[in-house]
Amino acid sequence: MEVSPSRSSTPLDPAIVELRLRGSLQIRHIDAGSCNGCEIEIGSIFSPVYDAEQFGIRLVASPRHADVALVTGPVSKNMVGPLRTTLEAMGEPSVVVALGDCARDCGVFKGAYGVEGAVGEVVDVHLEIPGCPPSPQDIVDALRRIACT
Amino acid sequence: MTALLVVAVITGFVGAVVVPVLPVRLRVLATSSVLIGDALAALVVAVHVLTTGRALGVSTHAVFLGSGVALRIDPLGAFFVVLTSLVVIAVAVYEIGYSSTHPMTRTAAGALCTFAGAMLSVPVAWNVTGFLFFWEIMAASSLALILTDYRRGAPVRSAALWYAVLTQAGAALVMIALVVMAVSSRSQGFTVIARHLPSLSPGLRTTVFLLTFAGFASKAGAVPLHVWLPKAHAESPSPVSALMSAAMVNLGIYGVIRVGLEWFHGGTVWWWVLVLALGGLSAIYGSIHAATNTDLKRLLAYSTIDNVGLIFMALGTAGILLSIGHIGLADLALFAALLHITSHSLFKGTLFLSAGSLQFSTGTRDLDLMGGLLTRVPFASSVFALGSMAIMALPPLSGFVSEWFLLQSLLHGMDASSPVTTVALPLSVAALALTGGLTAAAFVKVLGVGLLGVPRSAYARDAKEPPVSMNLAAGLLAMLSVVIGFAPMVLVGSLTRVVRSALNDASPVRVHGTALEILGSRGVVDPTMIAVALVVALVLVASARRLLDRGRVTRRAVWGFGRLTQSSRMTYTATAFAEPLQRVFDDVLRPNHDLDVSHHGESRYFVESARFRSSADDAFERLVYRPLIRMVRALADRVRFVQNGSVHWYLGYGLAALVVLLLMVR
Repeated sequence: MEVSPSRSSTPLDPAIVELRLRGSLQIRHIDAGSCNGCEIEIGSIFSPVYDAEQFGIRLVASPRHADVALVTGPVSKNMVGPLRTTLEAMGEPSVVVALGDCARDCGVFKGAYGVEGAVGEVVDVHLEIPGCPPSPQDIVDALRRIACT
Repeated sequence: MTALLVVAVITGFVGAVVVPVLPVRLRVLATSSVLIGDALAALVVAVHVLTTGRALGVSTHAVFLGSGVALRIDPLGAFFVVLTSLVVIAVAVYEIGYSSTHPMTRTAAGALCTFAGAMLSVPVAWNVTGFLFFWEIMAASSLALILTDYRRGAPVRSAALWYAVLTQAGAALVMIALVVMAVSSRSQGFTVIARHLPSLSPGLRTTVFLLTFAGFASKAGAVPLHVWLPKAHAESPSPVSALMSAAMVNLGIYGVIRVGLEWFHGGTVWWWVLVLALGGLSAIYGSIHAATNTDLKRLLAYSTIDNVGLIFMALGTAGILLSIGHIGLADLALFAALLHITSHSLFKGTLFLSAGSLQFSTGTRDLDLMGGLLTRVPFASSVFALGSMAIMALPPLSGFVSEWFLLQSLLHGMDASSPVTTVALPLSVAALALTGGLTAAAFVKVLGVGLLGVPRSAYARDAKEPPVSMNLAAGLLAMLSVVIGFAPMVLVGSLTRVVRSALNDASPVRVHGTALEILGSRGVVDPTMIAVALVVALVLVASARRLLDRGRVTRRAVWGFGRLTQSSRMTYTATAFAEPLQRVFDDVLRPNHDLDVSHHGESRYFVESARFRSSADDAFERLVYRPLIRMVRALADRVRFVQNGSVHWYLGYGLAALVVLLLMVR
């Protein structure tokens, strides 16, 4: 498998560079209103095929332990508060990654009555991973860019 | 001094006559003054006796009830008088604030003075009549005090009934034993009785010992005669609970020391194995219940049973060692028992008084409804925390010193190496260890759930500050507990004199600067240095953290999984905290679980409401007392035909009784 950490040439957000994770990345995942497509793909990056843990990428249960908040889905009206609370609960420094097209620009749910807006309209986003859903390889690549700072 | 002794004995009773006729406003102050005056007089006499080591006697033929009551205060009695008077003074101060919301009735005012007077007189009564007189008055007046809140209904009445029956049964046993001793020695003076005891037949000696032990144990609240204690302590007003738990219960222990250790000077080994075993049972049983109970005052009551158990363990050890001829080791065990009695009186007084303050503030004694009290009622909560630290035997408080000596006396008792001590004492050490752990669990629960965290109900949220006098009274006893924790050597001289007067032997403990040394260099402890080191370490750590953390620590709300509001319903309750222990001790506690689920009208698959209740009532009550009560009832039903309402029959009974009497007396 291709393991080059920097497939994308776009420069990283300075906040991500400042993390200096050196190959150890702890993720708290937040479903802000996703259809669960992205969740399936997140689940499969930890499968034996993609095995993201070999790159030091782990899902953790508490935002207190996390470097990265991985947000999926358009932010529904009910999830605005919990999303903010979760980000507040994270230690410093930490960054927010918007995963999937819905998280970037609400995707097919744009203009729906229960949708507050894209993740970037609610909180500051430091990296976006496009795709509906993004392939596991794309997710692993993007996360490895963060982990290798 | 002898005059002051008489004053101490009669002030309470005179006060009890005067106080009830005064108007309400004056009544409280007058009651408190009577209590304080009585206690101070007793305190002065008792401290004098303790410091000189010489007993004071007074013939009261001219003063008191014409004749029949002899008074004498020796170091052992003086020791109990000192403890009682300290608690009485604290309660007197406490009552001033307490009665601002719980108006003191005439009965309560009178009973309070009588109760205090009787408790101060029991240890100085020096003949059978006097002792039984004060003992009965103490029982009757405390019964009246338990009934203070009788308007709250069934629980209070049932508590009073249990107390009345068990305490009267105990008093009857004590009376039979004392009368047997008095008859066989042809005197009712304690000096003569004590001198005459060795000449009794072995069977009679055993009977007398067992009768007095059972009687005194029912007052002290040892298993299986403890059933009244959690009910009475929980249902009576807090100052009364404090008086009973910190002072009255001691007098049961006083009786055991007086008769068993001083008069019998040991006796037969198996008596004391029994005392030790019941002590161990009480300690473990009481602490299990304390660890699982969620009613603050019941919890404290069960911890009284636990501590009485510890004291009985030390007394049992002392008795065993005495009867196999190791008097030096017995001295140490009695010393430990006395120290723990002191410590228990102080911290249990503190705990009951400050629990009363918390109940006053919140209006509840259910731990599940408390929470966050440390920020709302800071003083009373801090005092309660101090008392809890003492009962958990943490330095620098009195409980640490007394439990250290308790453990030492059990460990060194093994030096005696008789078959009994090699089996009984290691088991006792294990029981002490288990009790210590369970007590810690019980009070971590109270502190963590009741005082820290967020308020769990409107009761706790709107907690109001208790009056100054209530805080002052609880703080006074807590201070004494701290003082003894820092400087236990101030007690050594007095306690040594008590041991000497009870066992006629040299002192077991010597003071070495600030260190306490068990004679024969079997162990040295320096509580003062431990306490100072602990305080210094605490200050250093706290200031270091302050300096190092400056600007580097941010405080955030507790992580609640992104919920927008966090309610107290999400926090750990006392019931939940106790649940694992309740599960472990399922076979002992036999808790009743009650789960009511009501379903939604439309479908059985939807739960509308669920209600879970778990209560652990007393296993002894269910397995021993209830069947006993049923048996008595059945028996009463069986003989009821005798009482058939016919006057003719009743006259016949009278005639028959007369004939039988005439035949017997002839």
